[in-house]
Amino acid sequence: MSKRTFSIGGVHPHDNKMSRECALEQLPLAPTVYISVAQHIGAPAVPVVAVGDKVKVGQVIAEPGGFVSTFIHSSVSGTVKSIGPRADLAGKPSSHIEIAVEGDEWAEGIDTTDTLVTEIPSDNKAIIEKIRRGGVVGLGGATVPTHVKLSPPPGSKCERVIINGCECEPYLTSDYRTLLEKGDKVVVGAAILRQVMGNVPCTIAIEENKPEAIAHIREVIARLGYQGIDVMVMKMMYPQGGEKQLIDAVMHRQVGSGALPISVGAVVQNVCTTLAVYDAVQKNKPIVDNSVTVTGACFPKQANLMVRVGTPLKYIVDYLGGVPESAAKVISGGPMMGRAVANLEAATVKGTGGLLFLTEAETRRQSAGNCIRCGKCADACPMGLEPFLLNKLSKAGDVEALEANAAHDCIECGCCMYSCPAHIPLLDNIRMGKGAALGAIRARAAAAKAAAEAAKK
Amino acid sequence: MSKLIVSPSPHIHSKDSTRSLMLDVVIALIPAVICSVVFYGWQELLVLGVSVASCVLLEWAITKYMLKKPSTIGDFSAVITGILLALNVPYTTPWWVIVIGSIVAIGVAKMTFGGLGQNIWNPALVGRVFLLVSFPTYMTTWSQPQGLFGVDAISGPTPLGTVQEGLMQGATVQELTSAYNYKDLLFANLGGSAGEVCALALLAGFVYLCCRKVIKPWITLSIFATVALTSLIFWGIDPARFTDPAFNLLTGGLILGACFMATDYVTSPMSVWGGVVFGVGIGFLTMMIRYFGSYPEGVSFAILIMNSVVPLLNMWFKQKKFGRK
Amino acid sequence: MVTIIIWTIAVVTILGLVLALVLYLVAQRFKVEEDPRIDEVEKAMPGANCGGCGFAGCRAFAEAAVKAPNLDNNYCPVGGNDTMAKVAAILGYEVQAKAPQVAVVRCNGTCAARPTLNEYNGYPSCKVKAALYSSDTGCAWGCLGCGDCVAACQFGALSMDSGTGLPVVDQEKCTACGACVKACPKAIIELRPKGPRGMREFVSCVNKDKGPVAKKACANACIGCGICVKTCTHAAIVMENNVAYIDPAKCKLCRECEAMCPTGAIHGVNFPKPLDKDAIKERIKVRQQKAKEAATAQAAAVTASAVANKKADAPAEAVTAAAAKPVMPGAEEASEKKEVTNE
Repeated sequence: MSKRTFSIGGVHPHDNKMSRECALEQLPLAPTVYISVAQHIGAPAVPVVAVGDKVKVGQVIAEPGGFVSTFIHSSVSGTVKSIGPRADLAGKPSSHIEIAVEGDEWAEGIDTTDTLVTEIPSDNKAIIEKIRRGGVVGLGGATVPTHVKLSPPPGSKCERVIINGCECEPYLTSDYRTLLEKGDKVVVGAAILRQVMGNVPCTIAIEENKPEAIAHIREVIARLGYQGIDVMVMKMMYPQGGEKQLIDAVMHRQVGSGALPISVGAVVQNVCTTLAVYDAVQKNKPIVDNSVTVTGACFPKQANLMVRVGTPLKYIVDYLGGVPESAAKVISGGPMMGRAVANLEAATVKGTGGLLFLTEAETRRQSAGNCIRCGKCADACPMGLEPFLLNKLSKAGDVEALEANAAHDCIECGCCMYSCPAHIPLLDNIRMGKGAALGAIRARAAAAKAAAEAAKK
Repeated sequence: MSKLIVSPSPHIHSKDSTRSLMLDVVIALIPAVICSVVFYGWQELLVLGVSVASCVLLEWAITKYMLKKPSTIGDFSAVITGILLALNVPYTTPWWVIVIGSIVAIGVAKMTFGGLGQNIWNPALVGRVFLLVSFPTYMTTWSQPQGLFGVDAISGPTPLGTVQEGLMQGATVQELTSAYNYKDLLFANLGGSAGEVCALALLAGFVYLCCRKVIKPWITLSIFATVALTSLIFWGIDPARFTDPAFNLLTGGLILGACFMATDYVTSPMSVWGGVVFGVGIGFLTMMIRYFGSYPEGVSFAILIMNSVVPLLNMWFKQKKFGRK
Repeated sequence: MVTIIIWTIAVVTILGLVLALVLYLVAQRFKVEEDPRIDEVEKAMPGANCGGCGFAGCRAFAEAAVKAPNLDNNYCPVGGNDTMAKVAAILGYEVQAKAPQVAVVRCNGTCAARPTLNEYNGYPSCKVKAALYSSDTGCAWGCLGCGDCVAACQFGALSMDSGTGLPVVDQEKCTACGACVKACPKAIIELRPKGPRGMREFVSCVNKDKGPVAKKACANACIGCGICVKTCTHAAIVMENNVAYIDPAKCKLCRECEAMCPTGAIHGVNFPKPLDKDAIKERIKVRQQKAKEAATAQAAAVTASAVANKKADAPAEAVTAAAAKPVMPGAEEASEKKEVTNE
């Protein structure tokens, strides 16, 4: 089978998967965890525990603050110490629940055994409710609550479920290890997802640089005898795992500007999300931990860890020997889209996929030169935009022109800035322009809505 | 670990830099430079030296004393302009004419617009055309190459010049071009600008640039295709008046212009289709000037004219945006 | 030779005349009828086209001003009262003089007082930096130091002080157009009345964190201790979200808060004499002593009368308690009034 890829742009950063041979390992419990109530897209969850309460692993500690919101569970057993603002990894204060860890007692009804349950419940509504109650969110980066993605708006129909195992970000290997070590669970999770979406075909997309994972998942599908689930080998190209790019590559359909994947009949779920779906549906186990790759050329001890949600980053780093002397930047996530950590005291969230240590030489930006109009940014942009132009317009604050040139379509993948030979900080500025364009579009939509309502009255 | 660095994503960068790209172009020009020195002798080395040195020095002086900004000579773009300018003039050109050409190229065509990336026209070509119209004697007196190991120099016009003159005197193309064979044209045994001398060396550089993904081949290929097609049509109509495609492809500065001047990032369109239209324009204009113009060679003018429409081409030919019609 | 010269002159003259005629006709044909007062108003404007008035430029302001029924919503902060008087004269409107304003930077987190904890390595724009994270210092509220305000100022009134890392306002050049206020993502810059002879008193900090956190991040931060609020005898200072704010309309420029502020977050500028902290502290001490004595005296008087009452009929303690409460604030009020008259 030929390897698929998306149709526009893309770059080839070195994949640097140094930690690919490190098996998933359980991180010992931290003495204290800090669980954020805003670790998903949408409304923050509302705490339902009080200071002094005893909680168990998997117990609900915060309930959804709206439809696009989800449950938050305690990742440890212990006592709630405080509820209040705490600095996140960017140093911005957000509400956290602090729990002092005492033992490791799980809430009732959670199946903590490792036996594979392949029997899928037949009631789809019950499955979605289980996913919602399990606090499952998209672990690929955007952390959209999964039950929202699985509840397509009326009139739209899902035609294919895509399981995103591309892991196109350099360095990260947590999805790869999950595929390799928990492949059977992922496949059952995929089966659940395709059943929920109406027995549609399901594609597990894996990049070509993970041949072991491809072989393993193919073997599992054959062993479990699932029909309608196949593995598709993707070309190694960044951002292959971008939702819109992946749909383009797999289904040859392009999601329109501002539209959702379901508009072209696709539902995309990350590998770890699929595993979480399996846990939530088959084992009643909510998201209490996630796999985190800790890596970097300057980091002596590569690892793929299972980390409880809310563990302070510093605890993870110290467990592996502390921040190396030569590290100049710590990144939560991958090097292309991850966020630089300003505050190592910050705690992990459900979406934390990696901790990457880069040296001065690897990450220090070079001073920007003149644009030489080489067009490399436009060639690299997977959305077909013109970053050099958007950069100028963003600086000038020309919102109208930004919108006309589709600044709001930018997926912030970083390809433009990665490839710019003049080292111009394109994305820094385009992000601002994207925000302005989106703001203008939303303001217009809100005004139109208000006018329509006024007309009704 | 001292203080952690915090910056927006992406946190890594490709190995490309303006300097590395420009350096690649310099490397790609090396075969042509070596060929020209071998065929034209030490005098050509002097031309190259004067040209590169005056371009670099001038850029350095302008940034330092006039713009009062950090020097930009580290990006090697002035070196390229210097080499291209040298390859565009006969090896017999006096050194002071070359210095004037550098002043026009770097001072007028490049730095007045704001330096690298801001200029509208290819600096080396502006310099060359300025010299062509200001010092036609020096610029059109060609000498048969003497070479490092060669024979005595013989003064004479270039193949294109010969044809142009001959046609005016009523001779036919067949009579005029019979003196040249294509092997000579490919391996350079003819009079002309230094850079027009060896087609193979220039093409080797072009292949290198394409392999390194420094440039995309579309502009160059569309120029070649258009030149071939246009001359094929005219030659087909009247072989006595119009030269044949192979002759047109291999003579004059076409290969140098198509491979190294038209593909200059700054002065060429960014998109593939914009590049194709740009190339077609250059090819067509070149042939029109060659056939009907008063100058024997038209590549420089064609490229400069098409440089002027690049902003328009950039506006008209945009890449298709994802998920949009 | 002479004929050539004559011919040249003739040709040029005729050409000039013909073109002048064409221009005149075109100008007549495409003439736009406009209120001539718009031009007049525009001429009276400063002509900076800065947008400080809320319109696109001076011309737009002039058009709006001519159309508007009065000048209440149209004010040119750059030209100030002089310009507005001229505009009012042209249009025949009344205009009320406004107190001239000036931009004030409410952050005094200098490099020395506010150590950096990490290093920012992105595009040098406050907007970009603020969107990315809290700050390269421990303070999430203070100046980011990338100079968006300096870039926004069209009058060259702002500059970055390389020593402190903070912007400095040149009050002579500042026109209070408000461009910097809009440019600052942390909302640090405020337009305040210039004050008599330029004297003004303000809290140079917007840190809303609780005291210890703010103090840890920056030695000069407002820690929300409330001493200034207690000290102020004009009720000009309000404490909201752990940060004090001095209401310029109420401030009497006595500089007592400035002397009492433990972190030096309150700044007074353009005062003729340097701040004599000890003298002011002494003054406050004496005043508070007096107030205390007055209160005790009054309380004693109340107790005495209560004792007298007790002798008459009611149980003592209940009355004392009831009486003492309303009396205390009353005493404070009295002393406050006294202080006001003292000034």
